[in-house]
Amino acid sequence: MSQSNEPKLPESDVPESAVRRRMLKSFGWFALAAAVPVGVYEWITHSPKLLGARKPFRRVLDANEQVARTYFSNTHLVRTYPVNQAAKKARINGYDGIKTPVPEDWTLQIDRKASTPTEQNQPLVLTIDDIKALPKHEMAYEFKCIEGWSQIQHWGGARLSDFLVANKLGTKSGNAPSPDNADDLYKYIGMETPDKGYYVGIDMESAMHPQTLLAYELNGEPITAPHGAPLRLIIPVKYGVKNLKRIGRIFFSDERPRDFWAERGYDYYVGL
Amino acid sequence: MKRIVHKHPLAIRWFHWINFPVLFVMIWSGLLIYWAYDPYKITIGGYTLLSFFPDGFYEFLNVPRRLAEGMAWHWVFMWVFMLNGLAYVIYTFFSGEWRHLVPNRHSFREAIQVTLYDLRLRKTQPPFIKYNGAQKIAYSAILLMGVGSVLTGFAIYKPTQFSWLTRLLGGYEPARLEHFVLTVGYVLFFFVHVGQVIRAGWQNFQSIVTGVEVVETVTPPTKQVMPEPPSIPTPDQNGPQPVGPSEPLLTPKPSLS
Repeated sequence: MSQSNEPKLPESDVPESAVRRRMLKSFGWFALAAAVPVGVYEWITHSPKLLGARKPFRRVLDANEQVARTYFSNTHLVRTYPVNQAAKKARINGYDGIKTPVPEDWTLQIDRKASTPTEQNQPLVLTIDDIKALPKHEMAYEFKCIEGWSQIQHWGGARLSDFLVANKLGTKSGNAPSPDNADDLYKYIGMETPDKGYYVGIDMESAMHPQTLLAYELNGEPITAPHGAPLRLIIPVKYGVKNLKRIGRIFFSDERPRDFWAERGYDYYVGL
Repeated sequence: MKRIVHKHPLAIRWFHWINFPVLFVMIWSGLLIYWAYDPYKITIGGYTLLSFFPDGFYEFLNVPRRLAEGMAWHWVFMWVFMLNGLAYVIYTFFSGEWRHLVPNRHSFREAIQVTLYDLRLRKTQPPFIKYNGAQKIAYSAILLMGVGSVLTGFAIYKPTQFSWLTRLLGGYEPARLEHFVLTVGYVLFFFVHVGQVIRAGWQNFQSIVTGVEVVETVTPPTKQVMPEPPSIPTPDQNGPQPVGPSEPLLTPKPSLS
């Protein structure tokens, strides 16, 4: 029967007063303990905001990033699909930073330090043809929005890592990034739209992921304006919010670059 | 003198009451997150039977436009939820409490009998020690659901880093649905649980706070033999378990309390 292996519950005989005492003591502790969640709620909701999120939240979200970085690997690839499974019409979900028409004279500007101290810090200015000169990679993968929806989309462009190597960018020494010298890399890469209406900061590890693209094609066609023409970031190891459209400027930093949605209370890292 | 039975160890009571507000926060913040993309509904032949969730429901609970806040709560308290759950599992295993919890081959039949009893279709319910068959199944299922929530949660939290897990669960979108369905399960469990606790009465409820239940008044010890205890059926014919004063005297109660 059901009781066959189940031990009996221990029993004891106690005076009635002991039962009452135990009851009072237990419920006293219970009432005190019940004040803890109330206190925690009040503490969190009355904490000042740090970058759009309540301080205790921001602290834990940043700690979560440190945890996530321990198991992040560039060998963990996003699952890819046959191109014919990609959405014919990719979803458009936001216009921040691209509310004006695409500038006719669009160029990509990359901040960099002068190679010699006497020179001025001249930004590198590139055109779309400079990006297209790099090896082209295409992939259909599940684009994931922080809102919760996802969609298989087919993007094409140059690897951000190839771009950094080819132009000797992202390092403090001014040399090309090298896996043998990871300390030479800046910790973050920042990007913003030409009008500075949208901006993201991305940890360098995620930026160097082999599936992170500077994309100029969607479904084999040049990207349209609402999708971020002429050049946008596709970074599958992040939510869509980091996939900046119409890149105007790229820069590098050891400090976190400002980030549009992090300033609005979201996690900064949002790594997938 | 009172005879008390030590029903819930202190650790179990802590785990239970820590889990209560933490699971509440996880469900509530999950709702704030779900609102931002809320496609789930139950349809029959094109007719929407139940939509998760109607606008009035969101408005009533002040859910709209709180995605960032929801994610913050969710990604902070997930640690407490997991640690508390893990501590509960470890404690239950090493203390032997699992013997009271894990269903055996008779639990399913017992659970049906208990359900019939609860529905007033049966006059008696099978005897039990701590939890009846229905409780064993329900509480063990809740534990497994907790494991499921953690796994489906990680599958949608880090679908690339744990792509093997996401794949195992059928993909990113299926894992999100599974995570949601488990949560609906908690809510349903909660209503049944609270209903059954109310039915079972104060003595039962206070035991999850005090740990003990008074089973009977014991006559002060005399030199005479102990009074005859109220007889309860002992269906166990396998083991030598004589009916005596040391017999547990929990009176049968409604299930799932």
